[in-house]
Amino acid sequence: MANLNVVGQSVYRKDGNPKVRGRALHVGNIEMPGMLHVAVLRSPYAHARITRIDKAKGEALPGVAVVLTGAEIAKMPGIDPHFGPAFRDQPILCVEKACYAGDPVVAVAAVDQRTAEDALQLVEVDYEALPAAHDVLDAVKPGSPLVHEQHRPAKAFADLAHVKAGQASNICYQFKLRLGDVDKAFAEADRVFEDTFSSPPAQHVPMEPHVTLAYFDEHERLNIWTASQSPSYVRTEISATFGIPMNRIRVRVPYLGGGYGAKLYAKLEPLCTILALITKKPVRYALTREEEFLTITKHKVVSKIKTAIKNGAITARKCEVFWDTGAYAEIGPRIGHKSGYTSAGPYKIPNVWIDSYCVYTNKVPAGAFRGFGVPQVIWAYDSQTDLIARELGVDPVEFRLKPALDEGESFATGTAVRSFGIKQAIREAAKAIDWGKPQSPQSGTKRRGKGIAAGVKAVLTPSISGAIVILNADGSASVLSSTVEMGQGSEATMSQIVAEELGISFEQVHIVQPDTDVTPYDTITAGSRSTYHMGNAVRMAAAKVKAQLCEVVASKLEVAPDDLVAGKGRVYVRGLEERGMSVGEIFLAKFGSMGTTLAAEAVCQPTAAHMDPETGQSEKCTEYWFPSATAAEVEVDTETGQVKVLQLWSVGDTGTAINPRHCEQQLQSAAIMHMGLSMFEEMIFDQGQLINGSLLDYQFASFKDMPEFIKPIVVQVPHEEGPFGAKGAGETGALTVAPALANAIHDAVGVRVRDLPLTPERVLRALAEKK
Amino acid sequence: MKREITLRVNKIEWKLTVDDADTLLEVLRDRLKLYSVRESCGVGACGSCTVLMDGAPVSSCFLLAVRAVGKEITTLEGLEQGEKLHYIQEAFVQERALQCAYCTPGFVLAVKSLLEENPNPSDDEIKEYLSGNLCRCAGYEEILRAVRVAIEKRAAL
Repeated sequence: MANLNVVGQSVYRKDGNPKVRGRALHVGNIEMPGMLHVAVLRSPYAHARITRIDKAKGEALPGVAVVLTGAEIAKMPGIDPHFGPAFRDQPILCVEKACYAGDPVVAVAAVDQRTAEDALQLVEVDYEALPAAHDVLDAVKPGSPLVHEQHRPAKAFADLAHVKAGQASNICYQFKLRLGDVDKAFAEADRVFEDTFSSPPAQHVPMEPHVTLAYFDEHERLNIWTASQSPSYVRTEISATFGIPMNRIRVRVPYLGGGYGAKLYAKLEPLCTILALITKKPVRYALTREEEFLTITKHKVVSKIKTAIKNGAITARKCEVFWDTGAYAEIGPRIGHKSGYTSAGPYKIPNVWIDSYCVYTNKVPAGAFRGFGVPQVIWAYDSQTDLIARELGVDPVEFRLKPALDEGESFATGTAVRSFGIKQAIREAAKAIDWGKPQSPQSGTKRRGKGIAAGVKAVLTPSISGAIVILNADGSASVLSSTVEMGQGSEATMSQIVAEELGISFEQVHIVQPDTDVTPYDTITAGSRSTYHMGNAVRMAAAKVKAQLCEVVASKLEVAPDDLVAGKGRVYVRGLEERGMSVGEIFLAKFGSMGTTLAAEAVCQPTAAHMDPETGQSEKCTEYWFPSATAAEVEVDTETGQVKVLQLWSVGDTGTAINPRHCEQQLQSAAIMHMGLSMFEEMIFDQGQLINGSLLDYQFASFKDMPEFIKPIVVQVPHEEGPFGAKGAGETGALTVAPALANAIHDAVGVRVRDLPLTPERVLRALAEKK
Repeated sequence: MKREITLRVNKIEWKLTVDDADTLLEVLRDRLKLYSVRESCGVGACGSCTVLMDGAPVSSCFLLAVRAVGKEITTLEGLEQGEKLHYIQEAFVQERALQCAYCTPGFVLAVKSLLEENPNPSDDEIKEYLSGNLCRCAGYEEILRAVRVAIEKRAAL
């Protein structure tokens, strides 16, 4: 990238200083006079009818402001007791029945946390247990207990407009893709491989659990401070649920203590709102860690995958993907759709059949988790691809490279791919780990092996990001954006883009944190979409401001606006830096005074082409792709089943890296996070009861679980329409870790583990079966 | 039961009436407004609420406030030297050893204690010492580099 000043530089985070001093604002630090605290009584049953609630003793406890039940909410006029981004299926508090063990049934708001908790002890609830749907494969069978009798679509997002009302089934959404003739291809195949892979539910465990503060201000306007990745959506949802005009709701989001998909859509905001509405006091609800485990999870997925091989090539693939979305659909249908259509992989396969089912069960709701479901489908297709290569006795890297899509070729959806560095990613991964170099002879109980995995994610399309850039007379600028800084470094990215476009310094750009009173709409901070979407929006807004500057300079200096460039706080004739005006001079010329501002708004709104509901075919299913590859070397102890990760290379095509160090950091830390998920993380349910819902029982990667060696490799295939060619990086390093590790285990000891996590028990069992 | 106690926090003595059941975390956050101390797991398993008690890291969520009487408590705020960052904080910024940074105060304090116990730890010793502090953003590689830089900075003091 020639002639760029700050884009492409690894400048420091904007938030480093306040964060390292512990001064960064979090919702949990905000206190209001008279603020009430919340405790919630949760259903002990996976599925039960609520037959009686006696709250009198709880209400009588001094300091208790309100004890609230779902039945009372349902009777309040003008309030929808249910919310949700795909279906309005989730009650603020359970109305007639509880749908999972942990479902909120009664809420107390009191002067302090201990009083609220004490009051809960005094509330009596009687339940009548109902038969429950525990297992995702059982839940789709006829006669299974129904989690919901009816499914009511939400219509909140354009990409979910095709979600239909339904009833008498636990399948709330089905995606279908039909390409070619799979039956014929299977009939004519030399070999057919059929496997089932599973990945377990897991929890995001943001170090900051969910927390929300709601109050009505002196104008009776609703104010919400919330740890959310989707402030714009929260406003829309609260408006729809409570019938409050959107301009009377102000949602603000300070720094997030981690999100990873957990803090999307609405969580505690509806409950805090109704409690504030009833009590007329500020209400803050901060989840405990145990409650966090009962709030949102990563989808458990079972994938049945069948592949035909003819003359050494993959000629057909049939995928049946079952998404265990838990008691409420949350964003499950979007995941079942967007990840569903990638289930056959980034390969030229002439015949593809995909059925992707989003299924209700009586368990904790599942939602987005770094990768939006794609790690689960890659786990299945890449594991099987590797397995097939080894069965056929061909090189697993070549076996992937040969059918991998080239620029302009068609994905299974019929969409021509662009900026699609999958082959580059695979080659980089192979090179990094010395693929093909013979393993030194091994004996004894410690065996080493290498694995490569590859896959792609498609960015959520359509989606929308709006931004406003305000330039001040002193050359400093403010950027109004609803992108949430949750650790990914978006403040640096957006500042770099605006500084570059306006020709000012990185330090002169200030990012205004999400505040729906002033920051325009943004779909979500998720799905690795912000650098591209918000990056384009802030760049276009900055370009509009620059055009206004150029207009003034062009008329003053009598030159064509097109001959002008911005740099070093000035606008000048290209190649003649001294022939120009500073921002201050331009403002003075335009306004006759210095205290003024120039502002512009822009919206980035990529669209998708219609997708045929029967075949999943679309001329354009996505705006861009994230190709990913991981290379791993492991050492397997054949006596204990322990797997030690010796090397982990995380390779991702991020498009042009606006901030290379931050791209590397995203690839690397996503890989470490997903190494933990792959090796040992699992939420364990027994008859719908979560049995490891605390950090004493549920463990994720610590310093001790680090691979002996880890390194990121940023592949940069520029995207024509990305800001300076950028795409994004947040999830790419997460996508292919699990199969790379399983493939390396296979390489080391010749056994295939088909269920995550890759625990010593599973490895040992596979070794025993081999014998 | 309520009782009067004196807590010495960041070299300041506080006379407080606390409940026997109050954790040190609750007192530091809710009463003294020391917001660098963060609750995360509530069971002493993640290190987000780490403070130093007589120089050694403890989980303040898992320690009753009454047990901290007579001890010297240091929170991240206690490392402040005007506007200048502590050298460990400098190292964290320099090596980009923070993302969401909710865990950062706990890590910085744990590193301080580590380097006072062992001014020149090996990578394995660093990993072992810091294994009780969890970072869900998984920035461990950067934190490891930051500790190495902090070791150099300390030696150059």
